[in-house]
Amino acid sequence: MASVAEILKPEAGVEKAPEAVVVRFAGDSGDGMQLTGGQFTMSTALAGNDLATFPDFPAEIRAPQGTLFGVSAFQINFGSTDITTAGDAPDVLIAMNPAALKTNVKDLKPGGLIIADSGEFGDRNLTKAKYDANPLEDGSLAQWQLLSFDISQLTMDSVEEFGLGKKEALRCKNMWTLGLALWMFDRDRQPIIDWLKGKFAKLPDIANANIAALNAGHAYGETAEIGGDGLGLQQLHVNAAVQPEGLYRTITGADAIAYGLVAGAQLANLKMFYGGYPITPASAVLHSLSKLKEYGVTTFQAEDEIAAIASAIGASYSGSLGVTCSSGPGIALKGEAMGLAIMTELPLVIVNVQRGGPSTGLPTKTEQSDLYQAIYGRNGDAPLPVIAASSPADAFECAVEACRIATQYMTPVMLLSDGYIGNAAEPWKVPDVSSFEPFPVEYLTEAQEGGLQPYARDNKLKRPWIKPGTPGLMHRIGGIEKQINTGHIDYAPDNHQAMTDLRRDKVLGVADSIPDQAVSLGEAGGKLAVVGWGSTYGPIHQAVLRARADGHDVSHIHIRHVWPLPKNLGELLKGYDKILVPEMNTGQLKTVLRDQYLVDAKPLNKTSGQPFRIAEIEAAIEEQLA
Amino acid sequence: MNDMTPPQKMTPKDWETDQEVRWCPGCGDYAILKAVQRTLPALGARPENTVFVSGIGCSSRFPYYVESYGFHTIHGRAPAVATGVKLSNPELDVWIITGDGDALSIGGNHTMHLLRRNLNCQILLFNNEIYGLTKGQYSPTSREGTRSPSTPYGSVDHPAKPAAFALGSGSRFVARGFDVSKNLPEVLTAAYKHKGAAFVEIFQNCIVYNKDVFHDFAAPKGVDGQQLWLKDGEPMLFGSEKSGGVKGITLDRENLCLKVVDVADGDWEAAGVIVHDVTNRSIAHMLVEMPFGPFPMALGVLYDDPAPSFEEAVVAQNEQAAAGKTPDLQKLLATGQTWTVGADAGNGPDL
Repeated sequence: MASVAEILKPEAGVEKAPEAVVVRFAGDSGDGMQLTGGQFTMSTALAGNDLATFPDFPAEIRAPQGTLFGVSAFQINFGSTDITTAGDAPDVLIAMNPAALKTNVKDLKPGGLIIADSGEFGDRNLTKAKYDANPLEDGSLAQWQLLSFDISQLTMDSVEEFGLGKKEALRCKNMWTLGLALWMFDRDRQPIIDWLKGKFAKLPDIANANIAALNAGHAYGETAEIGGDGLGLQQLHVNAAVQPEGLYRTITGADAIAYGLVAGAQLANLKMFYGGYPITPASAVLHSLSKLKEYGVTTFQAEDEIAAIASAIGASYSGSLGVTCSSGPGIALKGEAMGLAIMTELPLVIVNVQRGGPSTGLPTKTEQSDLYQAIYGRNGDAPLPVIAASSPADAFECAVEACRIATQYMTPVMLLSDGYIGNAAEPWKVPDVSSFEPFPVEYLTEAQEGGLQPYARDNKLKRPWIKPGTPGLMHRIGGIEKQINTGHIDYAPDNHQAMTDLRRDKVLGVADSIPDQAVSLGEAGGKLAVVGWGSTYGPIHQAVLRARADGHDVSHIHIRHVWPLPKNLGELLKGYDKILVPEMNTGQLKTVLRDQYLVDAKPLNKTSGQPFRIAEIEAAIEEQLA
Repeated sequence: MNDMTPPQKMTPKDWETDQEVRWCPGCGDYAILKAVQRTLPALGARPENTVFVSGIGCSSRFPYYVESYGFHTIHGRAPAVATGVKLSNPELDVWIITGDGDALSIGGNHTMHLLRRNLNCQILLFNNEIYGLTKGQYSPTSREGTRSPSTPYGSVDHPAKPAAFALGSGSRFVARGFDVSKNLPEVLTAAYKHKGAAFVEIFQNCIVYNKDVFHDFAAPKGVDGQQLWLKDGEPMLFGSEKSGGVKGITLDRENLCLKVVDVADGDWEAAGVIVHDVTNRSIAHMLVEMPFGPFPMALGVLYDDPAPSFEEAVVAQNEQAAAGKTPDLQKLLATGQTWTVGADAGNGPDL
């Protein structure tokens, strides 16, 4: 009898737990797969594994049941080693219906395990999934291990005593499945039972039914002898990862950004004003901040994207830290207002949770295709600093950094996240807030010597921040070109030249306050540098790790400050024979690097709405070094 | 005894900046600027506490000429910027200066939402029925058939009615005036005193691109009988013996509309003339729709019935939500289920 461990690791019989396992839950968008995945993630984190997740769901809220486009999936990669991606190919696929099987099975590792709910494989669902014959029976899944049983019926049996209707009873299917998964990987059920009790505190029957289903799934794993083809289900233990000491939790990029903004406002000693407008996948930041009023946060759901940023600019003008957040299409709408913030030199944080584009594009899928938009996408010469978060946990520090630059340089700053970072969860070592250097803001309260000059500059080229309400400092600002120092309207040729230069130099000067670019993995110099930014961190890191283990001379450089770039980056890049730039776009950072440093950066591009697989980058590394 | 000096009495001059005013000679904006600068000291307003926010257009240069805080923003977005200013510091007196194109075309959405939210501010919409700054194209308030560089054969679209738009958007204060009117300070004063969004349509003469379009009721002379100045608690009377007799506005109950009636011997009650009640929203709807021509132009405060303001509600909710909670960022970061990786290299959770 084969065990899961054998299925997962070809070297069966070796008394060794696998280092990492990739599990994908896939079902109808109404099956609660994201919830199942989220709870499995929590239990996995609690078990001490390092992990990364990839929620992948359709843009439709409730796509027609059973259809191929209505499939929602959640992938988790967990293990005892450093996990930085959600995993290339799943080891285990849990398919709740034929459509979920059809759309996901091609990704499963050869020899991987399929667990399918046979109760959902009736003619109707098979037709909807465009299967001519039942794949559970026709041998078409022979290259994988297949376990199918009637999860629907088993769930209904397990909740019978609660007298739920059939529809409601079947809603507990995801908890039954979760129970089975918890058993498979030796996870504690109690945190999930507690969570269910809390979630359904007002509906004890529903809570108890879900708990019963969870327990039944778990018990099924424990007791059932499955299948007549020699396949059985055995428990598998994945050891806890060795992680630095400290207090941990899981965090999504959206929450990390929200908390980072709160931290940044505190470090600046400012109240925060957040103007937002609902857009996928950025709304989660608005939701998160809306609950944090006690931290001096005012959230405002504006009538549109333009009003969202314009209100944030108004708030910054009157002395708060203005923040707005959107995704590509919304960022496009905010472009003119960003120019206003640049012209009036007011602090502002603009978060862009990127998604596939152009236009509406792929609202729920990830892409990194707004880098040009971030760096260049405004009318006029309109520079602003751009920071890119590389993971959900990294997003916290990046948000703090965005607040620092915005307030210390009186400039709008764009913080780039993406759909993957925004939605995915990963373990996060809770940072010590007191370890961050405060950057308290000082408003101008008295006119400078010789009279008020709202556009006089300090040695960083920053102009003073003057709040309305301050006696004696009344002045006017606006989008028309400003006279040097006085800020009066001035169209003079020399003045515009000088002000354009000043705006450019101020933003370039931000590079003086950021760390030198480090090499994430490998050496400063060598045959090949793989240069990335944003959420490609995980797959690049793993690919370079593997290539180096194979003896290749390759290093990983990951850029957080994408504008202005770290001052040493040009020299650093020139120390490598070759440069490879993997991006989930058609080559945007590649263009920036070529432009800035005249280096022969080679692109590796992917725009499928899915993160890179490690193997894809590994193959490109090998090609470069061949 | 205390050593507080009473606020210095201000004059219109104190509200002037050192900037050269750059509107066309004869532009109605000059008169409006003067009216505002005359009104502000009378209101006891403080320059440091006053913010003028504008969009884009001729009228939107206004903040540069008022000695207060001023923000000349981008086309149509002044209401959104003002919303942020006011939410961030509700103590500030916020005035929005806008035009017919700025407030009703490119910024129509923001104007609507500011009014329905009832942000406590004054919105002065300078309506000249034309795009002046871009050299004379027809605007959303231009009358049908307006010939302009972009409509050489005359415009074909129906004009927006600013006061009706404001009332329809939920405004709790709607008033009208015109640039050279001596009553304009009075209208501005009422707007200032109204708590909530106060919408004032000011007819403004663009002498270059749309000269004298309001001549029929706003010309300095010879318009007796063309202006209905509304006053709370007073009958809606207009005209004089010279203009062909005193007339009044009455309600045609059968057709549920307004009607002009002759008032004989000053007995307006006998004629059934309506007494203006600024809190009567139904009559306000009729007044903003009252067509000029068959009727006089309704001016003054058409409607004034305050309701709780937006920023008040936001502040109250923020305070309520924060009440009893101690902000502890370190604790916030550690919310949800956590686990500790111990000194023994972290094998297993510490549940």
